Amino acid sequence: MTSTSATLPVPPVSAGSKPGPLATRKPRGGFTVGRTVRYALLLLFLLIVLIPVYVLFITSFKGAGDASPSRAWSLPTTWTTENWVAAWDALAPSIWRTVQMVVPASVIAAVLGSMNGFVLSRWSFRGANLIFTLILFGMFIPYQAVMIPLLELMLGAGIPSGIPSLIILHVVYGIPITTLIFRNYYESVPGEIIEAARVDGAGMLRTYFSVILPISAPGFVVVLIWQFTSAWNDFLFAVFFSSSANGPVTLALNNLANGALLQNYGVSMAGALFASLPTLVVYIILGKYFIGGLMSGSVKG
Amino acid sequence: MTRTIRRWGPPFLLLAPSMVLIAVFVYGLIFVNFRTSMTDSHTAPQATGQAPVNFVGLDNYVTLLGSEAFQHSLKNLLLYTVVFLVGTMVLGFLWAWLLDKPLRGEGIFRSIYLFPMAVSFVASGVVWRWLLNSNEGENASGLNRPFQIIGLDFLQNPWWNNVTWGIIAIALPAIWQLSGYVMALFLAGFRGIPEELREAGRMDGASEWKLYRHVLFPQLSPVVLSALVIIGHMSLKSFDLIMSISKPANYQTKVPAIDMYVYKSSFDYANSAAVGAILLIIVAVVIVPYLIHNARAGRR
Repeated sequence: MTSTSATLPVPPVSAGSKPGPLATRKPRGGFTVGRTVRYALLLLFLLIVLIPVYVLFITSFKGAGDASPSRAWSLPTTWTTENWVAAWDALAPSIWRTVQMVVPASVIAAVLGSMNGFVLSRWSFRGANLIFTLILFGMFIPYQAVMIPLLELMLGAGIPSGIPSLIILHVVYGIPITTLIFRNYYESVPGEIIEAARVDGAGMLRTYFSVILPISAPGFVVVLIWQFTSAWNDFLFAVFFSSSANGPVTLALNNLANGALLQNYGVSMAGALFASLPTLVVYIILGKYFIGGLMSGSVKG
Repeated sequence: MTRTIRRWGPPFLLLAPSMVLIAVFVYGLIFVNFRTSMTDSHTAPQATGQAPVNFVGLDNYVTLLGSEAFQHSLKNLLLYTVVFLVGTMVLGFLWAWLLDKPLRGEGIFRSIYLFPMAVSFVASGVVWRWLLNSNEGENASGLNRPFQIIGLDFLQNPWWNNVTWGIIAIALPAIWQLSGYVMALFLAGFRGIPEELREAGRMDGASEWKLYRHVLFPQLSPVVLSALVIIGHMSLKSFDLIMSISKPANYQTKVPAIDMYVYKSSFDYANSAAVGAILLIIVAVVIVPYLIHNARAGRR
């Protein structure tokens, strides 16, 4: 995503089986003027939102014969897939590198977030709130404010530019959001479960590994989707810590679209779709959890 | 002693890795960044440690804030933020309101309004650069073309190529991407209001409009606050969209985040760090009170 962070008063996912924050309700009654107006407005906005999608599709299938500006908004005269082939050739290596980057970045950040979220939601010690707020602040800082010393730190530590650097950065700067989501999640776990473990003589670590982790799957789904999307779509860190030879797909796409002297919109639009496909597929298949992640950007638990 | 370890050891063990990382990568680096911003490290030899670097206090800040080019960046940032905030809040609220009452196909509308959020700014930037093509008349190809076709020629404009207002054109794709998110926030807000409250309003004979105006809207203020903070801080950090639609060297669309990148590219680390620090201060002014407010609310 939009290297983004987010927020709101609704817990993302809860351990109980409450309905989701956006649960649909059944419509009542038949035709009314009010409802017709609402439909008309909603459809109008739907079309406006889809304009870029239309443009992307038609342009990516156009060949040289459709170059004239007067044909810009028309369907292709002949549908060709050559843009798609060219875009795939240009982006495939970087897509593979991005996969190698987002998988470890998401998993490690999720595990750290789960440990933090558990401690901060269940062990109320003095200063827990302060620690949580200090961690959370890391989610809102403009990374520009740490970029110069960060470059020096990574260089000084001898961490190779490209994927290794980016994994570390996405883990570190992913900690605040994953901690937040897990803290909200664990707050919805019934206290009796943990109390029962304590009565059985389990210490904190035992409780975490044998009681909490096994019921954390829904939390992990939300966090992994969130981290996957933001790391996949990140461009800022990619620009500073990788080059087109070793960087992720956003950087390769930007070079494809802006690098050449003669702009070839057909190829770059096909490339834009390739670069967006993984996150779009996740959104379509796991949309419910995706929205859960968005909601939990909300700071309050 | 052993009791203390047993009590504090385990939670500390679980928190320690993250606390160390955040302490170093967030707070440590912010400190070093402030220090770099107060030096005269403006050249490549200095950046690589081959030439000496001297402490110059707040000189870089004074020069930056006094320069017309940086003031232009700040003005652009303000314009962009205002348009981005107003656009996403109005559209997001309107969509949520239209979708609040039960409606067939709600899920489809919701999913489509929200989908741009799953796409990277770089990918959407590719399409939006085409849409915001500044050619007009015969050569118009982007949005200027349909404006001609439907007889709204006066809407044709050079988009982001206008020096004063160009940055607003970049806010359009940002609004396109984030309005659905604000809609989801508002919709969750509407749905979080207990049904009894609506019923009570209706029992008292309130019309639908009055019900919203006096009963439901006031309940939404935490949602509005969250949405403003999230969109606002995203806006201050804007970088990707401008890089992919315009070019970093383009004066008309530059903002502080772009300046930071340009300074870094020319090894002017001191000014680069100073711009970063200024951005941090702007963001902190908004975020710190918000986080304190939330921490207090959480304790209750």
